[in-house]
Amino acid sequence: MANLTINGKTINVDVEDDTPLLWAIRENVGLTGTKYGCGIAQCGACTVHIDGVAMRSCGVTVSEAVGKQITTIEGLASNGTLHKVQQAWIANDVPQCGYCQAGMIMAVAALLNEKPKPTDKDIDETITNICRCGTFQQVREAIHAAASA
Amino acid sequence: MPPQALEGNVMNQHVMPKSNLKLNRRAFVIGTAAAGAGLAIGLDLPFGGPKVVRAADGSPEVNVWVVIRPDNTTVIRVARSEMGQGTLTGLAQLVAEELECDWSKVVTEYPTPGQSVARKRAWGDFSTGGSRGIRSSHDYVRKGGATARVMLIQAAANEWKVPASECTAANSIITHTPSGRTTTYGKVVEAAARLEPPADVKLKDPKDWKIAGKAVKRLDTVDKTTGAMIYGADIKLPGMLNATIKDCPVFGGKLKSYDEAKIAGMKGVKKVVKVGDSAVAVVADTWWHAKTALDALPIVWDEGENAKVSSESIAKWLAEGLDNAQPAYIGNQNGDAKAAIASAVKKVEAVYNYPYQNHATMEPLNATALYTPDKCEVWCGTQNGEAAFAATIEASGLTAEKCEVHKLILGGGFGRRGMTDYVRQAVLIAKEMPGTPVKLLWSREEDMAQGKFHPVTQCKLTGAFDADNNLTALHVRLSGQSILYTVRPAALVNGMDTAAFQGLSPSGDAAIGYSVPNLLVEHSMRNPHVPPGFWRGVNVNHNAIYMECFMDELAHSVGQDPVEFRRKLMSKHPKHLAVLNAVAEKIGWGTPAPQGVYRGIAQVMGYGSYVAGAAEISVTEGSKIKVHRIVASTDPGYIVNPAQVERQIAGSFVYGLSALFYGGCTVKDGKIEQTNFDTYNSMRIAEMPKVECVMVPSGGFWGGVGEPTIGVAAPAVLNAYFAATGKRIRSVPLKDQNITFA
Repeated sequence: MANLTINGKTINVDVEDDTPLLWAIRENVGLTGTKYGCGIAQCGACTVHIDGVAMRSCGVTVSEAVGKQITTIEGLASNGTLHKVQQAWIANDVPQCGYCQAGMIMAVAALLNEKPKPTDKDIDETITNICRCGTFQQVREAIHAAASA
Repeated sequence: MPPQALEGNVMNQHVMPKSNLKLNRRAFVIGTAAAGAGLAIGLDLPFGGPKVVRAADGSPEVNVWVVIRPDNTTVIRVARSEMGQGTLTGLAQLVAEELECDWSKVVTEYPTPGQSVARKRAWGDFSTGGSRGIRSSHDYVRKGGATARVMLIQAAANEWKVPASECTAANSIITHTPSGRTTTYGKVVEAAARLEPPADVKLKDPKDWKIAGKAVKRLDTVDKTTGAMIYGADIKLPGMLNATIKDCPVFGGKLKSYDEAKIAGMKGVKKVVKVGDSAVAVVADTWWHAKTALDALPIVWDEGENAKVSSESIAKWLAEGLDNAQPAYIGNQNGDAKAAIASAVKKVEAVYNYPYQNHATMEPLNATALYTPDKCEVWCGTQNGEAAFAATIEASGLTAEKCEVHKLILGGGFGRRGMTDYVRQAVLIAKEMPGTPVKLLWSREEDMAQGKFHPVTQCKLTGAFDADNNLTALHVRLSGQSILYTVRPAALVNGMDTAAFQGLSPSGDAAIGYSVPNLLVEHSMRNPHVPPGFWRGVNVNHNAIYMECFMDELAHSVGQDPVEFRRKLMSKHPKHLAVLNAVAEKIGWGTPAPQGVYRGIAQVMGYGSYVAGAAEISVTEGSKIKVHRIVASTDPGYIVNPAQVERQIAGSFVYGLSALFYGGCTVKDGKIEQTNFDTYNSMRIAEMPKVECVMVPSGGFWGGVGEPTIGVAAPAVLNAYFAATGKRIRSVPLKDQNITFA
């Protein structure tokens, strides 16, 4: 049993302490926007914010996440308005299959918190999510668009 | 589509015979995993009954492709699957173009395979592979839109008692031109749905397109940015359990035994199920519990003879096939290449190879099944709804009318989801738990172990020159695996896999772009135990590397420019030449590249389209490659959505170069060695430059766009690497030669 604070709400989840946060979010809380891609923190499809920092939730246990502010893709919009990264994603028609995109968007939102006007080099160093469809060109364009929004 | 909506529909997903109807007339109320909409379709099938077929909300079908609601919302049905390639939007554009409907009010919906079968395959082929989504269905979906438009206009004309020829339609509004009266599709749809469809309709000339041919936004983007899109892995049904599976890691091996007692007390575990004769699955309350238990389950495999196979033993066997004394199938020949080579002034020879590759779709394979003795339903992402339906029927042992498949948006396909192994497994597991829905989700490790791999091949190429450095003969001898031999043996022609010659064929949709006086292209078929599959680009991938890298070798061997050398062989192949020229011009071929930057180029035809690509790279320390620039050109005949075509081209480079640099699945003790993205890596944003696209649609034919460009990605970079270093690379992946991205 653990109390997790996800998207501003405290939720009691009945899982073992060493359960990866990813699976608690998906199966116990029921928020499926956070995706399973590899389970070994390689692909980034499961990226969420933990106290504002982009983390791969498959590599974080529930016990490590207790007491922290967790934000998932479902909690990125505020007061019914999509986050500027989501808006830029829509305006630039970024997703193809879309499966990696929630993780990509969460990684980018954290980057823009840290560096509101990232350079291409900043993007190269920070955004390391795998996208098998190959949306990188649109991802880069949308990051710059969101930064200037 | 929120999960709750899906759950709400589930209880209605049954075939309900209407007792007061004739035996051959049924009403279906079928919940469908509609693309983005989550609608249920109710079909009142008109076998001798009333003409109007209605959607679940009561809105009438004008025909199978078009439903119009009173508020003018146009529901366009799409039978092909959306896996990122944009087909959902492209096919809707084609219907809407002819329908003359308001594009801003278009939504899409997947018909189910069960509905299609019940309606005599009303939606045609569901298969979404071979870059066929648009090119194989453009004609009938456009006719569907045009037919509906004619019926809607006729209904308005009837109401006004005027000739239909005096009426026009645009943006879902019908206008009687002489009087200026107007009405909407939503107002006349009830009457239109009762009309006989016209026998023949004329389609627009593509030059008059207003919606098709335009870079309209995709219809499925918003849910993909908010986390709301429900993929197969996300589906949740009431009372659902979760399963994960391990199949014998040595292909062809069997499950010998497992020690269920060892995991008996583990949390959440509900059942351990033997699946077929080679796999075992754990069913639990959550997937994490299922995976934890399966990892702890002691399993003994009967690995069989294939456990002796390794990449080395496969390579040795394939190398033997390069020997001309071994039997081979001839895929293309003119003149007498062997004789011309034997008597040539100068000969050039090289041997290349290409490894197994895994599709590695971002969403691991999954399917959810609910079985009872009266009904079996499956929810999954599939590239072939009808094949998934057939697998459901076969695995459940039920008849077609007792089965249904609900398609979901795919988290990547690339050919892997055209196979139905995971659907069959899900049904077999669910069959052990009647009445309980079970979601089978593979781990990434299972996905890596149990791929349907890009086939392994080698190729010996020999070119011959006369005294004036003219290419007089070319012999391309392929040795390796046939996909069709395993996947579709009925498609073999007297034992020959004609698809093995993709890009090298004498004619057709994957024709060679060169004329050589003496040509021989042949295939010594060798089929290792590793199961092959259609991997985005399929046989074009290796054939284009072999041919285009060797063309570069031949040109350099006689001191000629690689583009000029090709041009001399391409005069009878103007469309191949046009894309090559377009790329050469755009990248500045023949003009100096920036300091330290080198260029490579390649062209190929596949899937009915002509493509070329060029790369500018720099190499540091002989082994660190920076790709600065990529230019690509394509002639697919017609372009339905240029923004999506550009994305398919750029994505093809990411997929193709990931395979070149990081890919390669190796075999040890009969098993695949790579286990996850740490050992089967994929390109990141830092490694990928912008792709500049030059579209040269020449019209008159319809080619695909999802796959052909992959063929030129690797050879363009490999030829640039030679330009930069003077070293030839004839083996993939580059990581095995300690070459990586800078």
